[in-house]
Amino acid sequence: MSHKLQHIRNFAIIAHIDHGKSTLADRLIQTCGGLEEREMTEQVLDNMDIEKERGITIKAQTVRLEYKADDGIVYQLNLMDTPGHVDFAYEVSRSLASCEGSILVVDSTQGVEAQTLANVYQALDNNHEIITAINKIDLPAADPDKVRKEVEDVIGLDASEAVNCSGKSGIGTHDLLEAIVKKLPPPLEGDITKPTKALLVDSWYDAYLGVVVLVRVIDGTLSKGQKIKFMSNGATREIDRVGMFTPKKVVLDELGPGEMGFITAAIKDISETNVGDTITDEKRPCAKALPGFKPSVPMVFCSFYPADASEFEKLRDSLGKLKLNDASLHYEMETSQALGLGFRCGFLGLLHMEIIQERLEREFDLDLIPTAPSVVYKINLTDGTQRDIYNPVDMPDVVKIESIEEPWIKATILVPDEYLGGLLKLCQDRRGQQVELTYAGARAMLVYKLPLNEVVFDFYDRLKSLSKGYASFDYELDGYAPNQLVKLEIKVNDEPVDALAMIVHRDNAEFRGRHMCERLKELIPRQMFKIAIQAAIGGKIIAREDVSALRKDVTAKCYGGDVSRKKKLLEKQKKGKAKMRQYGAVEIPQSAFINALKMGDDR
Amino acid sequence: MITKGQTGLYIHWPFCLSKCPYCDFNVHVDSGVDQARWCAAYLKSLEHVAGLTEGRIISSIFFGGGTPSLMLPSTIAAIIDKIHALWPCVNDLEVTLEANPSTVEIEKFSAFREAGINRVSVGVQALNDKDLKFLGRKHSAKEALQAIEIASKIFDRFSFDLIYARPGQVPEDWRAELTQALALARGHLSLYQLTIERSTPFYLDHTRGVFSIPDEDVAADFYLLTQEMTSQAGLASYEVSNHAAEGHQSRHNLTYWHYGDYIGIGPGAHGRLSFEGKKYATREHYAPPIWLERVEKSGMGGHPFAPLPAEERFTEALMMGLRLRGGVTLAHLDAQASGGKWRDYVDEERLSRVRAQGWLDYDSERLWLSVEGMLRLNALIPYILKAQPEAVCV
Ligand SMILES: Nc1nc2c(ncn2[C@@H]2O[C@H](COP(=O)(O)OP(=O)(O)O)[C@@H](O)[C@H]2O)c(=O)[nH]1
Ligand SMILES: C[S@@+](CC[C@H](N)C(=O)[O-])C[C@H]1O[C@@H](n2cnc3c(N)ncnc32)[C@H](O)[C@@H]1O
Ligand code: SF4
Ligand SMILES: [Mg+2]
Repeated sequence: MSHKLQHIRNFAIIAHIDHGKSTLADRLIQTCGGLEEREMTEQVLDNMDIEKERGITIKAQTVRLEYKADDGIVYQLNLMDTPGHVDFAYEVSRSLASCEGSILVVDSTQGVEAQTLANVYQALDNNHEIITAINKIDLPAADPDKVRKEVEDVIGLDASEAVNCSGKSGIGTHDLLEAIVKKLPPPLEGDITKPTKALLVDSWYDAYLGVVVLVRVIDGTLSKGQKIKFMSNGATREIDRVGMFTPKKVVLDELGPGEMGFITAAIKDISETNVGDTITDEKRPCAKALPGFKPSVPMVFCSFYPADASEFEKLRDSLGKLKLNDASLHYEMETSQALGLGFRCGFLGLLHMEIIQERLEREFDLDLIPTAPSVVYKINLTDGTQRDIYNPVDMPDVVKIESIEEPWIKATILVPDEYLGGLLKLCQDRRGQQVELTYAGARAMLVYKLPLNEVVFDFYDRLKSLSKGYASFDYELDGYAPNQLVKLEIKVNDEPVDALAMIVHRDNAEFRGRHMCERLKELIPRQMFKIAIQAAIGGKIIAREDVSALRKDVTAKCYGGDVSRKKKLLEKQKKGKAKMRQYGAVEIPQSAFINALKMGDDR
Repeated sequence: MITKGQTGLYIHWPFCLSKCPYCDFNVHVDSGVDQARWCAAYLKSLEHVAGLTEGRIISSIFFGGGTPSLMLPSTIAAIIDKIHALWPCVNDLEVTLEANPSTVEIEKFSAFREAGINRVSVGVQALNDKDLKFLGRKHSAKEALQAIEIASKIFDRFSFDLIYARPGQVPEDWRAELTQALALARGHLSLYQLTIERSTPFYLDHTRGVFSIPDEDVAADFYLLTQEMTSQAGLASYEVSNHAAEGHQSRHNLTYWHYGDYIGIGPGAHGRLSFEGKKYATREHYAPPIWLERVEKSGMGGHPFAPLPAEERFTEALMMGLRLRGGVTLAHLDAQASGGKWRDYVDEERLSRVRAQGWLDYDSERLWLSVEGMLRLNALIPYILKAQPEAVCV
């Protein structure tokens, strides 16, 4: 096998979700003989069940293939399947940083979508050479010429040499492989004599091997027994295994310049292995770390409470297990008066949050009560200091607040013309600021700045339903800006309900408050005494609803045979007390708050 | 108040000719009931229980169901005779039979009287054919009137049941119907608001919105109207849903509300028996064929029983006692408090709060509810008991 840089090609496959990235990767693997036909399962790179089901790649994956090209030379192709979603944007950027080129997969029946754009721009940021693959041309609805033109018009790429292909049927696979070796550049630098320098692309926890670290070597080599150092935290380890994926794990003697592969080093805790870090030799370190290292920063927060309070420990264990494989998941214990013991969790984004919730429920069989997601606010205090607020409950007293800053995003939305009106209104309602509105054929491309706070809830669902599923959406963070934000409190019989507190724009506060009061009124059963539900900002009540006192609740028939049954109900009610919280003269069933949270924000 | 050692006896007959869509009683439709076999089982079960309850005096017998008027009069006679043979009974023993007002059953009334029944309770439910049909009843209003007439001739004491607050019914409709009922009544009436019970066809229809019943506020109006009219007619309520002229109360049912002792015989029947200062809850096997087999085999159709925990005992006594208009005596409540006092179980602050509302009151002897308190009984009890309710829905 050639160690010559000239015969190595490192490339990523990038695409909007469902455009066929994983399927195409399967085809390339199969063609290069990485797996026998019988070993092929669909989407071999997507390991986790949830990845297979949702069709999303969460962890980066690499496969080393050997391709004997038409010029007779055997090339080493390192194929990288990247996580395709914006929540994992940083991970994507590191994956891309480890490659010199990208295959841009565009579905010939769909055309360019929001994520296509976001990915291409990232690839261009990493100076990638890009090959466009117009995919799924086996489908009757395929319109490769139109899509080719779209790639040129919307993205501005030269698509004259785009390859038409089908990951499903195999059409165009050979053309694509030839394009890879001919058009993509080999690794630009790489010196085997220099001190070891490698990029930590991704890492995951393996029950047998401990943490497996995916690397791209720049200079020097990585080999078994070598003492290495992680430059971000100074941790040192001894490599106990070096290898590659074909996609099967194959142990190698070493990894050299330009190559990708994995190492293991008896690492127990994934939080030691930061994506983007530089790995070097402990004794003979490189002079400078690779650029672009960023520790992962959670952007979206919500709390999970076990629906059954006795499952709290199980929730803790389960989060711990997920954390083993997901350094970007943050969590911290929290107590809510209304919901009991739970965890405040931080996520990279909405999808990340959903995936974690789904995994907890599915793989760990937990019933969760998630609170409304929120973002991190920066509070400028009157004493000149700044504080980050992760939970509305922690907001300092209004008199101590000088101003509140909230995170913004820059969103790119592609939508067929007929649904544009609805989406413009949605963005406007969510306090969006239009940056751009352009057309590509029958589709509009909208660029908006939006407060993340307005997006975390149901923006994506609304977007999909307003456009009958046709709109695509992507976003990047766009810094913080001060705004007229207030903490909206919900009080029941004058007692604040912590789990329902939220931070909202002053202009929306009244509407939101009224809405929450009305919803609670429907959910709280009548009690012995009247219940006042109020929405308040600071001390000021902005909305109020009353649950009138119960007027009649008496069992009509109660004879000798009914005693046990009726008493059981009473006893159950009494036992519930432990979990209950008294609001003035009455207790409110927890279920009312749970349902208020569950129903989401159906503005 | 029940004299010490006095015990009520309930016999459950678990069969009906058809199942009414609102009913969640332990009833089964079975045309091939072997009456002789059942009769023998009841007698055997009585013998078994008598062995455990020696020295007690039977104060009342109640044949309930199901539709016990479907029993052969000879079966009833055999059971009553057996009871007299096994236990001493009070002189003025009350023996009640629940009866459905179909022609066949009406014709058996004299025979029931011969057998030893001295009080009947007729399931009239409604006095118009449209509502009877809705309630899934197999009798007509005419048959019901006939049953009332014949029962009042044959039995010194009789009562009938009505179900009100039906779908579409407004208080004024009920006023007319109740006026008619009060004219027909002889000393006792049971007036139940329609309850949508889980696991009944009505429950499904109701949740699906096929029909709706009067809402809580209207239901309260119905109840208050009923109280007002029955009081004026001399049939004031003595319990949540039971009305009687003085001296005509159902003694058997009073035993339940006084939380006295009673024996339950037949599938699914419950009992409460005191032994050596402890209260025991008994329960017979729910399924008729299993009950029957077990009794035939060993005489015992029940589950093993254990004494009730102190708190549950108190809760039961309170929840039954407060159903009575006269309320419950403090001495009785203290007696259920396992050596303590009734107030040990009650949250003082809440007690005064509901008292200030006028829903509940007490003096040195008794604790009782006002009509407004009665309307809120299910919520009120968990509210005042020291441990608090999770949600108030019974
Ligand atoms: N007809 C057809 N379907 C394809 C092709 N490639 C992928 N698909 C289907 O498109 C869907 C998404 O494919 P996948 O590879 O998971 O897309 P990814 O989300 O970009 O990884 C799956 O149902 C595939 O079976 C293709 O070339 N032709
Ligand atoms: C145990 S039932 C049996 C009486 C007899 N089988 C009959 O149906 O006439 C006693 C009474 O309970 C009342 N009842 C039964 N189910 C009810 C419900 N769901 N709501 C209100 N009253 C009900 C009826 O008035 C019925 O007469
Ligand atoms: S209401 Fe009476 S007749 Fe109807 S099913 Fe119930 S017990 Fe039988
Ligand atoms: Mg995929």
